[in-house]
Amino acid sequence: MTEMKKKLQFSSVVLEKVTEIIARYPEGKQKSALLPILHIAQEEFAWLSQDVMDYVASLLQIMPVEVYEVASFYTMYHLEPVGKHVIEYCRTGPCVLMGGEEVFDHLQQKLGIKKGETTSDGLFTLKEVECLAACGWGPCFQIREKYYMHLNNQKVNEIIEELSK
Amino acid sequence: MSLKILTEHCSTPGIETFEVYRKKGGYAAVEKAVKKMTPDEVVDEVKKSGVRGRGGAGFPMGMKWSFLAKPEGVPRYLVCNADESEPGTFKDHYLMKTIPHLLIEGMIISSYALGANKSFIYVRGELMYVIHILEKAIEEAKAAGFLGKNILGSGYDLELIIQPGGGAYICGEETALLESLEGKRGNPRNKPPFPAVKGLYQSPTVVNNVESIATVSWIINNGGEAYAAVGVGKSTGTKLISASGHINKPGVYEIELGLSCDEFLNSDEYCGGVRTGHRLKAVVAGGSSVPIVPGALFLKNANGEDRLMSYESLSDGGFVSGTMLGSGGFIAFDETACIVRNTWNFSRFYEHESCGQCSPCREGTGWMQKVLNRIEHGKGSMSDIDLLVDVSKKIEGNTICPLGDAAAWPVASAIRHFRDEFEWHIQHPLEATKAGAVYMGAVLV
Repeated sequence: MTEMKKKLQFSSVVLEKVTEIIARYPEGKQKSALLPILHIAQEEFAWLSQDVMDYVASLLQIMPVEVYEVASFYTMYHLEPVGKHVIEYCRTGPCVLMGGEEVFDHLQQKLGIKKGETTSDGLFTLKEVECLAACGWGPCFQIREKYYMHLNNQKVNEIIEELSK
Repeated sequence: MSLKILTEHCSTPGIETFEVYRKKGGYAAVEKAVKKMTPDEVVDEVKKSGVRGRGGAGFPMGMKWSFLAKPEGVPRYLVCNADESEPGTFKDHYLMKTIPHLLIEGMIISSYALGANKSFIYVRGELMYVIHILEKAIEEAKAAGFLGKNILGSGYDLELIIQPGGGAYICGEETALLESLEGKRGNPRNKPPFPAVKGLYQSPTVVNNVESIATVSWIINNGGEAYAAVGVGKSTGTKLISASGHINKPGVYEIELGLSCDEFLNSDEYCGGVRTGHRLKAVVAGGSSVPIVPGALFLKNANGEDRLMSYESLSDGGFVSGTMLGSGGFIAFDETACIVRNTWNFSRFYEHESCGQCSPCREGTGWMQKVLNRIEHGKGSMSDIDLLVDVSKKIEGNTICPLGDAAAWPVASAIRHFRDEFEWHIQHPLEATKAGAVYMGAVLV
């Protein structure tokens, strides 16, 4: 237990960043920092377990439920463990027009998993998401901050092979 | 070559840096505004320009600014809506990543006009790489004295904060965005009170789209009247159009409002025509929420007159034969596109994005998605078509925010214009569910 609590601390560098973010908002409005800090927490801990969310609540001096209800509302926050690379694949109309469904089928085959699943080696999680605002450059998916655009089967193979190294 | 108010310098190498942007005349409008103009004079120029909200609603921006309440001793806020999530729309994404200082400069002048000392840019969280670009631009502007305390010695202070979203289409609705900015779920608020009276932290707030704010520098440099001289009628100035789907040249284009739809679709300066070897079946002119129309009704209105890329011309004919300019998210469909499948896809989107607050939207979007899903998969019945129309009517106008309408219109318009395609799916399920099967009876252009 003590061990776990220790793990659930931001490093001093990250804590400095968190403090700086909280200071951006007017006094008493520190809850505004919740979404940015959840992004940071996810970067640090890979996904938002209840312990992580409780820790964020303590930093912002808000109730844990205020964190849970927000984390579960927004699609970018992972509430379950995820693989090393989370592929967030756009399933919306304009990407579909450019062959997005066929490429998605191929991606599932290539990874040997279905949407929502993680590969057995823990390398990839495949999530379907809605419009990523890249409609003219589709089909597309995103892995963390990087957009992969103009996808086709061959490109998908190359990306997966590169990330599997 | 038409006038480029926003994108003139987009292809200049290094334009994302302060140095190059400044050399191209950047930040001159900030100097002019804070040194030579009063905030009210800035508001007046924006009013004169007639520029309308570019996020989709098309409400005159100067008028929105003039509604801002100004009680003594209460802070006022400007929030830029960079939560671009409307399917078919990627212009703000393009503008921010390509020429970030255009938005920062617009934010400084607009904040000055509104008397805001702390302003926010709420960017959809997926665009984290764009957030880093904007943050760098802010640092550069600050180092050069255009942001922070006592800007250019004028006595005006401004702090600019970038806020990431968390992945929710609904946060593009301005009151949901404000809730989200306060660290809550993105549930839209009842109006009134409007944000201009009670917005962020219950203080008077203006929320404007990225593209709207990006026009302000040009308006200050050249005058509101010069801006109003561009375009047609009440559709003044230029508009960014995000073009996607079955065209030869997908991308972001700046057009002078009033350009003919035919020229936009077919000229090499813009879309370069429908995919070579294919013909136009349908168009979504302004993002997934606006009514879908057959290709012919995009090019000409019901009276056979040429349709123009303007707020008025695109909506000519109302919902019977017209559509809307919306966010400028132009999606072209050729004869290989299945309207039923696309309508189902969009309804799936709205079901996923409904915040769940209002029953008509929460239940209705799911209902429409399920009915469309069964029609698409060969299990529909003829009564399903009228059922969809009925459900869409029960959502429309009965929700706190416009997401309900946005979910209802694509379904209602698809049935209005492509009813025979829905009937074909229901009457010929075996044929319709074959891989790649498409209804062959559609009128093409």
